[in-house]
Amino acid sequence: MNWETVIGLEIHAQLLTRSKIFSGAPTAFGAEPNTQACAIDLGLPGVLPVLNKEAVRMAVAFGLAVNAQIAPRSVFARKNYFYPDLPKGYQISQYELPVVARGSIRIAIGDSEKIIGITRAHLEEDAGKSLHEDFHGMSGIDLNRAGTPLLEIVSEPDMRSAKEAVAYMKAIHQLVRYLKICDGNMQEGSFRCDANVSVRRRGEAKLGTRCEIKNLNSFRFVEHAIEYEIQRQIELIEGGGKVVQETRLYDPDKHETRSLRAKEEANDYRYFPDPDLLPLVIEPAFIESVRESLPELPEARRERFMTQYALSPYDAGVLTASQELADYYESCVKLVGGEAKLVANWVMGDLSAFLNKEGKDITQSPVSPELLSGMIKRLIDKTISGTIAKKVFELMWAGEGDADQIIEKHGLKQVTDTGAIEKAIAEVMAENPTQLEQYRSGKGKLFGFFVGQVMKKMQGKAAPDQVNALLKTKLQP
Amino acid sequence: MALSQEEVLAIARLARLQVPAERLPALARQLSGILEFVAQMNAVDTGNVEPLAHPLEVSARMREDEVTEPDRRAEFQAIAPAVEAGLYLVPKVIE
Repeated sequence: MNWETVIGLEIHAQLLTRSKIFSGAPTAFGAEPNTQACAIDLGLPGVLPVLNKEAVRMAVAFGLAVNAQIAPRSVFARKNYFYPDLPKGYQISQYELPVVARGSIRIAIGDSEKIIGITRAHLEEDAGKSLHEDFHGMSGIDLNRAGTPLLEIVSEPDMRSAKEAVAYMKAIHQLVRYLKICDGNMQEGSFRCDANVSVRRRGEAKLGTRCEIKNLNSFRFVEHAIEYEIQRQIELIEGGGKVVQETRLYDPDKHETRSLRAKEEANDYRYFPDPDLLPLVIEPAFIESVRESLPELPEARRERFMTQYALSPYDAGVLTASQELADYYESCVKLVGGEAKLVANWVMGDLSAFLNKEGKDITQSPVSPELLSGMIKRLIDKTISGTIAKKVFELMWAGEGDADQIIEKHGLKQVTDTGAIEKAIAEVMAENPTQLEQYRSGKGKLFGFFVGQVMKKMQGKAAPDQVNALLKTKLQP
Repeated sequence: MALSQEEVLAIARLARLQVPAERLPALARQLSGILEFVAQMNAVDTGNVEPLAHPLEVSARMREDEVTEPDRRAEFQAIAPAVEAGLYLVPKVIE
């Protein structure tokens, strides 16, 4: 049986404001429990929420970046449910009139591209945290997170595989970080995702019954959880069963999803407009001021890298993965004064490999753009060869100074003295009579062997093109 | 539209209310009465009326993104029934 998967994602992005969405309490992560929960966050009697303008600006910036409509008038609603980490007994959210509606984003899957629709994005407050261990049979409640601004981004059910879902999540992640509206930190929960997954027989128009999977706080988990869930639903239906609409929890240790509770219907939440808050009116002038402050966005920057630096779509995509990496690359190219492809190879090659190995990101690189470009310049003016450059890079990484200092200190300058190279060639020929004989009787492949031997003899410092040219003549019978 | 006793129980559960079985028929009747009243209003054609979110013809005033609230945990926790290690303690709830 041929099955089609339908996936929609709800992403919660914690907005990078200093204070909460409806109160002046701080939002910093990791504070002592309940030291950042004020009377408003606690829902004490007599308090009133006042909307944070910066949270609105961030929501508008996101809306503009995904070519969505910004609602001239939107409304905050109360979503009612009872849980100890929700002090008021309701969450202030937006329901019928969200601030952002009908946008889209382009994702890349391998070589192909796809547009994913964004149904809506709305502002809401986060809840607190419940800790269920070690309190003599009671639960501990930390309300520091209560009232932290969230942008909930709801996609259309446009994704057809776990891979597409991950690509979409990565695209949104990249975008909110470019916009500097969310730090994207998934371990700390500032970027998290719920997935709605259903399957249907190919060609069928009606959507299958969906399950919502919660607790997805890494790209890998999203992929694994969705793949598991697809398989579970297909096996269930093929075995004669029926998928029931429910909320499921992903367990990364057991690598499976399990039922958490029957899925609530929207009317179970008894949404109604929050009488404490007036409608949010966004003037065109405000939207324009936000539009003017938008940075160059990932897609535009990638396109520019392809035209301005003649990079392949793949290279341009890797180098614009984050703003910081793209900035690093561009300052290198500027300092070198061109050679965009060579710079790209170094940034994506040795530099990325070293960063990965030590689990660092580009902002923590011990090799600055100044250091890297200084070394690339020595490569271009042939002071060092490519092999030696790798060694110089390693020493720069270890903090031994800039390329010139390292080349000087370790005597790594490329040897262009013809006499010295010829001497090495003569020695290599004398030491390898068999190979010389074979080469001269037609085994041309052995040329590489001689290059290698000469370079070895000269500790990699000989200019490769010079070695090649000289060898060619010397090896003739 | 008449509510069944099961629907009344579901609503009671959402509101965390305990309803004795003998009160269910009366509650179902009374709640159904409210819904009938709403149904009367629903019959009015409101196609050209903008939904009212708030009776006042004004919009939200916004505040600048500044931290203005100091830490007052000690005061707040002084009136809490149970606290430990800075946390408010509540009866255990696990879904």
